[in-house]
Amino acid sequence: MQHYSGFGLLKHAMSHHENWQRVWRNPTPKKSYDVVIVGGGGHGLATAYYLAKEFGITNVAVIEKGYLGGGNTARNTTIVRSNYLWDESAFLYEHAMKLWEGLSQDLNYNVMFSQRGVLNLGHTLQDMRDISRRVNANRLNGIDGEMLDAQQVKEIVPDMDCSANRRYPVMGASWQPRGGVARHDAVAWGFARGADALGVDLIQQCAVEGFEIEDGTVTGVKTTQYGTINAGKVGCVVAGNSGVLAGMAGLRLPLESHPLQALVSEPIKPILDTVVMSNHVHGYVSQSDKGDLVIGAGIDGYNGYGQRGSYPTIEHTVSAILELFPIFSRVRMNRQWGGIVDTTPDACPLISKTEIENLYFNCGWGTGGFKATPGSGHVFAASLAKGEMHELAKPFSIDRFNTGALIDEHGAAGVAH
Amino acid sequence: MFLIYCPYCEEERAEEEFHASGEAHIVRPTDPESLSDEAWGDYVFFRKNPRGNHHELWQHTTGCRKFFYMTRDTATYEIKEIYKVGEQPNVATAPAVPNKYDQFSSAQAVKK
Repeated sequence: MQHYSGFGLLKHAMSHHENWQRVWRNPTPKKSYDVVIVGGGGHGLATAYYLAKEFGITNVAVIEKGYLGGGNTARNTTIVRSNYLWDESAFLYEHAMKLWEGLSQDLNYNVMFSQRGVLNLGHTLQDMRDISRRVNANRLNGIDGEMLDAQQVKEIVPDMDCSANRRYPVMGASWQPRGGVARHDAVAWGFARGADALGVDLIQQCAVEGFEIEDGTVTGVKTTQYGTINAGKVGCVVAGNSGVLAGMAGLRLPLESHPLQALVSEPIKPILDTVVMSNHVHGYVSQSDKGDLVIGAGIDGYNGYGQRGSYPTIEHTVSAILELFPIFSRVRMNRQWGGIVDTTPDACPLISKTEIENLYFNCGWGTGGFKATPGSGHVFAASLAKGEMHELAKPFSIDRFNTGALIDEHGAAGVAH
Repeated sequence: MFLIYCPYCEEERAEEEFHASGEAHIVRPTDPESLSDEAWGDYVFFRKNPRGNHHELWQHTTGCRKFFYMTRDTATYEIKEIYKVGEQPNVATAPAVPNKYDQFSSAQAVKK
């Protein structure tokens, strides 16, 4: 693998940038692998990377039906934070946050992780009580967080309307300074490049259409392009299509797939240097390095696999942003799209074994999977490598929907659903 | 964006007037106390979530407030049919893994 550096950039400039290596190979798959990862998005690629790097399992294939990082990794609003209420999720997302903090160095790939801080606004007294509870819970768990009043919020985001005479006045916020944004595509590409360099085969344009299962143990996957590929273990990381894939193995998952939409504006001059989220008016916004406002909100209420949603949802999203930022009222929107998110009843992921031996699922990240990408990959890789779920992943077993040990993060963690 | 025909108002109205209430025809177990944790969990939390035709429960929330059913393709979003509560669908759902505990929702299985 070609090492990237400032000096390298200079050197390649001398040859008009015509001699860069391809970032990863495009191999024909072998007949058999120790581990097959189904799904080449951020989480799947991170899983493959950590399997090879941390756990020495390099005989790994990632099978992707489209192109790498072309699903929700390419469609999210790139927000990274770890200020979750409950211990189980706080530890998991904080694990991811710590990996984010060294990720560009680790991958030798600039994922443009920018810790510009995340504000979760409160607009009612109850919002403020919930925020206070969450910030205290975060601090007890060693996660940075502060309570801000309206004046302090105004100092951080001067262009937001924090006046008391709004319909939904900003009363304060939680502030996680270590939160921020990252370049979503770079995350997928960085993990892909790192995994490829360690010997992982990245198989694109090849869909999985079934599993080989013998006596309750998975032994391989059936693919559209290359027939059956044998596998010691299979890890499925396919987000919105998890239910469909589980169905191929005869499994039911506690998931429903919904469209989640986002949109970006035309590029404008720097106006917002942090991330603003509001549960109450229900929207979130940040500004990308290109200058476009990146805006998102909640899912469309109906089930859908169509990677598009309905117009009223966009209208609600934009009206929420305008409630906070009347100054944006003349900004024109440039692009709008949808991704398919797999939501669980308790808004927490499934990182779990299944009743089929050696078949693992990592899914159910719903509307907030991007922030967890490195942590999700790391704990899933550890679980696949050891055949036993990682300590941080154990509470996220599918079994919790039978035992009742749910991790109810709906709203409580400032998750804008 | 859907234009949805409300079978009670007998009018096509904009999607915003309606609320999607998820999978339809989930039968409440007749004797919940006799269910295992797995069967109860399956009833409460696990859904078919098919890619393709899906039987759904909708409510005309800002209209007549009545519930009705819809068969809709979750991949193309095409509405295949709309029918009232108490009626049966003509279009089948896409293949999905059935609730293996469904037996518990019929009267005879509860005796187990």
